[in-house]
Order: sequence, then C-alpha cells, then structure tokens
Amino acid sequence: MPLALETVSLQRRFGGIVATNDVSLKVEKGARHALIGPNGAGKTTIINLLTGVLRPTSGRVLLEGEDITAVKAHRRVELGLARTFQINQLFADLTPLETIGLAVSERLGFGNDWWRLVGSKGEVIDEVVHILDQFGLADVMDARTAVLPYGKQRLLEIALAIACKPRVLLLDEPAAGVPEHERHDILAAVAALPKDVTVLLIEHDMDLVFSFADRISVLVNGALFVEGKPAEVARDPRVKAVYLGEAADA
Amino acid sequence: MSAHSTKTVSHHLATRARWHPLEILFWLGAFSTIWLLPGKHLILTEIVILGLFALSLDLILGYAGIISLGHAAFFGFGAYVAGLLGKYEIIGEPFLALIVSGLAASALGFVSSFLVLRGSDLTRLMVTLGVALVLRELANRYSDITGGADGLQGIVINPLFGQFRFDMFGHTSFYYSLGVLFVLFLLARRIVNSPFGLSLRAVKGNPLRASAIGISVNRRLVAVYTLAAGYAGIAGALLTQTQAFASLAYFDFDRSADLLLVLIIGGTGYLYGGLIGAVIFKVMQDYLSTLTPQYWPFWIGLLLVVIVLVGRERMTNWTAPIRSFIDRLDWRMRAARE
Repeated sequence: MPLALETVSLQRRFGGIVATNDVSLKVEKGARHALIGPNGAGKTTIINLLTGVLRPTSGRVLLEGEDITAVKAHRRVELGLARTFQINQLFADLTPLETIGLAVSERLGFGNDWWRLVGSKGEVIDEVVHILDQFGLADVMDARTAVLPYGKQRLLEIALAIACKPRVLLLDEPAAGVPEHERHDILAAVAALPKDVTVLLIEHDMDLVFSFADRISVLVNGALFVEGKPAEVARDPRVKAVYLGEAADA
Repeated sequence: MSAHSTKTVSHHLATRARWHPLEILFWLGAFSTIWLLPGKHLILTEIVILGLFALSLDLILGYAGIISLGHAAFFGFGAYVAGLLGKYEIIGEPFLALIVSGLAASALGFVSSFLVLRGSDLTRLMVTLGVALVLRELANRYSDITGGADGLQGIVINPLFGQFRFDMFGHTSFYYSLGVLFVLFLLARRIVNSPFGLSLRAVKGNPLRASAIGISVNRRLVAVYTLAAGYAGIAGALLTQTQAFASLAYFDFDRSADLLLVLIIGGTGYLYGGLIGAVIFKVMQDYLSTLTPQYWPFWIGLLLVVIVLVGRERMTNWTAPIRSFIDRLDWRMRAARE
C-alpha cells in the first residue's frame, strides 16, 4: 500500500524536554489510523509537527511521498492535509455559512478576490450547501458561531476541515467534551467521512478508537511504543501496563 | 434533498453587503450639507478628512485587528508628497497629485507592514509609533526640501481638473473631499464584503485556524495594511491641498491618538464608526473649544472614560445595543410589510 503520510525519525525538543522522540510513523492511503497514548505522551505535538504549526528539531515529514518538512502551515492545506482541533478553533463572530464559505472559496482560489461580493460564485455556494447539510448545520447556518451549542460547534470543527477537501485528515479528539446526548452526532459524522480520505485519529476515548480504527499506534513519552491491528494492540500486555499504570497513578 | 437552494443561501451570505436604509439616509444627509450648511464648509471639510483618516484605521483595526499608534505616519507622508508635488510643480493637477500621494503612502505602508507583522499588539503599538517618529524627524532634518519646523509653505494648488478654483470659503474643498470620501468609502465597502474581506475577519478572529484552512495570514495583513496606508495618505494629501500647507504636526503622536479616540467614539468594524466618530469629535472640539479654549480636552477625556466604562467588554461595544435596536426595528418593519 502507498503511504499517505509518513514521518522519518521525527524529533522535537522544548529546551531539555524531548516531546517527540525519533518517531517514524507510517499511515497508509485510505487508512483509519489511530494514535493513542496516555496524557502527556506528545500526541498534540505530533499533530502540530505534521501540520506545520511547529518545526521539528530534526527528522522529516512526507505527504504522499513528498517532503513537506519546510512547507508552511497554510500551504500544507493546499497540498491536501487538513486538521481539526482538540479545543475548538472557530471564528466566533462568523456564522457557519460564512465559515464554510470562507474555506471553500479559499480552496477554489477566490480567497483574494476583493472586487467580488461574497456569495456571488455558484460553485462555492453549491459546495457550502452540501457540507452544511452533510453535517446537520443547515438549520443554524445564520447563527453566530459563538452562540451555537457545543455539539454543533464540534460538528462545525469537523465540517470546516472537510471543506478544505483534504486527502489526509487529522482528527484531534473529535468527541472531546461533547455531552452524552450530542455524542451520537459526532460519532456518526466521523463514521461517515469519505472513504478515500485517509484519517489519522488522535483520541482518548477507547470505544471510539476500537470502533473506528483499522490500525493503532501507541505513543508513550514521545516515542512510538507499539503499533498494530486493534486486536493485537488490545492484547498487548505492554499497552495494558501503560494504561493500567496510568490508571493506578490517577 | 437540501432545504436550501443555491439562490437563497447566496442571498443569506451576502446579507451584510446589502444597503441598509439608514446607510442611504446617512449619505443623503452628508450630501445635503452642500446646500443646507454652506457657511460651514470649512469645518465640514476637516470632518470629512478626519473621517477618511479614521476609515483607514478602521480597515486595519476593525477588520484585521491590527492596532496602531502611528497611523499619522501615512497621513503625514501623503500630506508632504502632495505638498512637494504642488510646491515644485511636478504634478499640477490636484486630483492626479492626490492619487500619486495615495500610492506613495501605500508603498510606504507595504514596506513598513513587514515590521508590523512581527509580534503582538504591544510590539505593533511600538513599531507603528516608531515609524511615525522616524518620518517626522526625517521631515524635520531635511528642512531645505520640507521647510522643517516652519512647515511646507508656498504650495501652489491649481484649479481642480483645470476648472474649479479652491476658494476661501472652502466650497470647492468640501465638494472635492466629500466626493473622494464617498468613492473611497464605496470601494472599502466593496472590499470588506468580498471573500478577501471575509478572510480578514477570520484572520482577526482566529489566525491559527485561518492558516489551518489554507489562508496565508501574513499576506492578507500586508495587503490590508498597504490599502489602509493609501487611504491615510489620501486623507493627508486632501488636507495639504485644501489648506495649501503641510506641517510636521501631521506626523504627531497626538494625531494618531486622536484618531483612535475618533474610532472608539464611533465604534469599529462597520465602516461608519470612523465617519460618525469624526463628526462627534470635531463638533465637540469646535463647541468645547469656544466654550473653554484651554480645557476642552478635559471633556473629550471624560467622554472617553464614560464610553469605556459603558462599553465594558470591548471598547467598541457601546454601539451594539443601538445596532441591535435598529435590527429589531428593521425586522418588525419587514414583518409588518409581509
């Protein structure tokens, strides 16, 4: 299988702390790959390295075989790599309609158009309508994002990444903090992601991980610890030790 | 099947771009002063120029979140370029000179924008302030060209379009300034309601996410800073042309600070804030300075304190209740019609 996303000996230090230690991760095309690990294992640092928010101290990041280590964050989006955030990073003063419209028009190359009114491109609108419907946001499309219920904001978080039409999508704890009665919508949205999009899921919630992933990597203290099929990882005594150890500490 | 057609959604998306009846009323009011207040054209010209200058600051502060304490740099630069073009008769036609001055200020804005991109709000305050101080001292130092502390004198302003002489009552000045303001306002209104304008609001709201959906944050900020500098330069050039004089005071910190005050009074992020603020500021200044020639800044200061206290969360918030009242009224009127 060709690789969608790969890291080669990726390392990142913050002062004396090694947050990411020699990580060589391979994510196959079309995979549903989960990255799990106890708190402080360095999962979010890896996401930031993959998306270009942080620069690695050493090592490389490859997207579909192409070295993107030196590529800026916004350019990586154009190359087909998008992400969601563990803590919502939305535009509080914009509506979902404007938010999705912005991402779509940006991707189609109209983002710099200053002479055209928003909403004047039919191709943009068609896609926006489609995405809003797909994520159940059509009924709140005119509300300010700041006043939306948390579950809807969470859906918008994913919808916004999908509006960038990524080939590789990084989901950073999509269900984090979502109340029980709104959880189903999020899980359904994650399950319904297009099959041709490669997904790397960073998650705490083991139910979600084992229902969703076809491959799991376990990160401990910044380094890859175990990798394999869900059943293998679940059986692995070392993984149990790490999680039980954490539970015992807590 | 979707509940929304392309047409209705496109209509929704362009809601902000539609002309509100109050906006039309505002401009009718502004243009009616041509006939209604012929004796006030001198001060009205000053108001228009201050309004244009404040509109320029609103473009970067209200739409892109760039705070500046040195916006007078571009105002002063535009003013001196227009003055030098007139004095040395390089470009005799005032309107052409105005455009050239705006472009020159834009170029300066473009270059200095790379300094402004660095760092946080505090850094930006210092950098913008620094740029204005540097320009002021340059104008002071090269007094053989600029006139130094005496100001730029002997500026020749030819009739506008070779037809309209600038008169001592300020009639031509006022028509000219108001026309320029209106055209530049229309352009700004178009820009803030474009995909580019929407992306600016996204960059202001959350630069991290903006770049995560593929927006080049820095490029957008450079673009809007360059545009705003051009607007400020044109405002400065208008002042030079209507007064046939330019002075070092155009670069002063006071001018940048007053400008922030104007925007705080009027509110940011809806384009009219600068214009309304300019009217209130100038009228208050005019009225108070006849009442108490020495102490009028006291009242302006008091007003500022009151606005900030009333505004609580954001200093620009105080217009929100009025705007939401207008929105409700608007909604009722529409409901009544249907």
